[in-house]
Amino acid sequence: MAIECRGLRKTYDPKVEALRGLDLEIREGECFGLLGPNGAGKTTAIEILEGLLKPTSGDVRIFGHSWQTDAHELREWLGISLQETRLADKLTVRETIELFASFYRRPRSTKEVLAELGLAEKSDAWVGKLSGGQRQRLAVATALVANPRILFLDEPTTGLDPQSRRQLWEIIREFQRHGGTVLLTTHYMDEAERLCNRLAIIDYGQIIAAGSPAELIERLGGQHMVEFAIGNNSHDARSGRDSQQVWRGLPGVEAVHADDGLVCLTVRQPHVTIPALLEAISRQGAQLLHLTTRQASLEDVFVRLTGRHLREES
Amino acid sequence: MTPPTRTGHTSNLAGVTPEPSAAAAGIAGRNGAAKPNARWSAYWHLLIARTKEMQREPEVIFWVFLFPLLLAFGLGIAFRSRPASVPSVAIAARAGAEAVLQMAQRSPQSLHAQIVPEAEALNGFRLGRYDLVIVPGGETGSTGGPTLEYRYDPARPESVLAREQADNVLQAAAGRANPLPTSAQASSEPGARYIDFLIPGLLGMNLMNSGMWGVGFALVDYRQRKLLKRYVATPMRRSDFLLALTSSRLLLMIIELALLLGFGIFVFHMRVAGSWLAIVLLGALGAAAFAGLGLLTASRAQKIESVSGLINLVMMPMWVFSGVFFSYERFPAVVHPLIRALPLTALNDALRATILEGAPLSAQLGRLAVLLIWTAMSFLLALSWFRWT
Repeated sequence: MAIECRGLRKTYDPKVEALRGLDLEIREGECFGLLGPNGAGKTTAIEILEGLLKPTSGDVRIFGHSWQTDAHELREWLGISLQETRLADKLTVRETIELFASFYRRPRSTKEVLAELGLAEKSDAWVGKLSGGQRQRLAVATALVANPRILFLDEPTTGLDPQSRRQLWEIIREFQRHGGTVLLTTHYMDEAERLCNRLAIIDYGQIIAAGSPAELIERLGGQHMVEFAIGNNSHDARSGRDSQQVWRGLPGVEAVHADDGLVCLTVRQPHVTIPALLEAISRQGAQLLHLTTRQASLEDVFVRLTGRHLREES
Repeated sequence: MTPPTRTGHTSNLAGVTPEPSAAAAGIAGRNGAAKPNARWSAYWHLLIARTKEMQREPEVIFWVFLFPLLLAFGLGIAFRSRPASVPSVAIAARAGAEAVLQMAQRSPQSLHAQIVPEAEALNGFRLGRYDLVIVPGGETGSTGGPTLEYRYDPARPESVLAREQADNVLQAAAGRANPLPTSAQASSEPGARYIDFLIPGLLGMNLMNSGMWGVGFALVDYRQRKLLKRYVATPMRRSDFLLALTSSRLLLMIIELALLLGFGIFVFHMRVAGSWLAIVLLGALGAAAFAGLGLLTASRAQKIESVSGLINLVMMPMWVFSGVFFSYERFPAVVHPLIRALPLTALNDALRATILEGAPLSAQLGRLAVLLIWTAMSFLLALSWFRWT
């Protein structure tokens, strides 16, 4: 087991409970995602695992070693990219990577890391002159030059353009292909779906669901979402609750919720449900204003579990 | 529990704590791993990085190197020893002014006099352009000449001097005989001039400024950027980091010292009486003391704004009391022991004694002790308070 933690709690004075009992087991060689909205406790959790914060209670093991006894040794094994580190502006890219390399007993060669992260032609540029995507890649480079066994990435792609995000994903996959273990936090569901073998969704300092992306989506009960809106000009306008009963009763519907003026149905087989839905609407004498179907995503899992969207401020 | 290596090396014996090499073989079994790092590799890289960072910061170059030179140059020019300050005297344009001017001009080397309309003369006196105004009176005195009134300011030394000088010149011109024959010989040694007093003081102040800012400000900037946190997330030894920061100060100290003293020697013909080794040792001790104070002020502050205030608060009393621009002997004697306990006072006094009088360090153990105590106390306190995150 690469990372194990049991019953992690973190209470900031006076009475803010950032973590309320977190258990994780992350296997060697997997990419594990911690998901959750801002303020859910992701960063607190990852910083405790990185040995930068002390938990109020609970136990952390990295490859079976604990921070209390083997901190210096553990640091040799971890490559870390913190949220929003601003590296020294007046050093060049190469100087920055060489500086970090000098901290480790057996680092990788700077040249190789520069090439791998696509920073070779920027190697003599000052850090202050880099674009957001290049900076983020440099932050990951300072982690990879350690030749780590575990890579910790705290929101590595927040604020990046789509192309830079894809570049970073590729770098993470490459690290994993060489046998590395990755722990990342993100609030992008699509990122977690593409990158992570397993993930845990955190809300208010607790894990509310864990598993592989496919498992979590499967737990919704159906893998398809049908979203529609109707103009209700019928004589017997029913209350929202009544109409929800109607949708829930349609064949193949696993769950119903309202979202931003739309009705969302979680569905196993769209080809069974949709004809029935259309019939039900016309029976009500209502007019169909909008209808889409799509694959269910982790976002739907989150909404289903919490009733909130992931990027809403909680 | 032994972490299994995933690259196929199975040389680990079960139950044995992994050796560094086994662990660090890490992910890579990959090619291109760099040479293993030696013990002081991190220290050297940190020192080089810090030096490069400072060198690339134009503000640092200005404030640390150029500013003290400009200050020394400006003050050195303003307070240069002029060949006998000739008092500047205005004679109010009244009846008899011509006669007074003629008498005054008999010794132009000791008096510079001119006739000026009365209002302008008084205004010029108020503004410091004239040291003395002579107002010829209307009536005739017992000798047949005009009665003279001196307008002078007893609070201005040059005004008092001008009155004495003018009176002497005029009385002599009017026929006063000196009963006692005298002669005078000029003697002005380098070492006693204001610039000689000033340069060691500026050196001390500069070591304080650059130490407090170079360490205190840099640390809080690192902390605010979360760079300190990023560093402690690596196996970097914290002591290496602080050592590198302090060493970079010592390197800079050598340059500051050479520049300011070199400037004094070449531009103002200053003479250095003491040994250079003693001066460098004092500089190092001063740099260390202020690096420690900088570390202490930066040990908790989270924002650059708050540490700037703190640094100024710490430095302010020393700017005023520690005898940078003028001797602290001017403050009441009761507070002298307090002033001497300040690190900058100890540094300035020691630098002056060594540079100007050639006093050996062995004669200044008290000052050295003050500096050592400040250094030790601030480092100890700072290390127990310091926040890396």
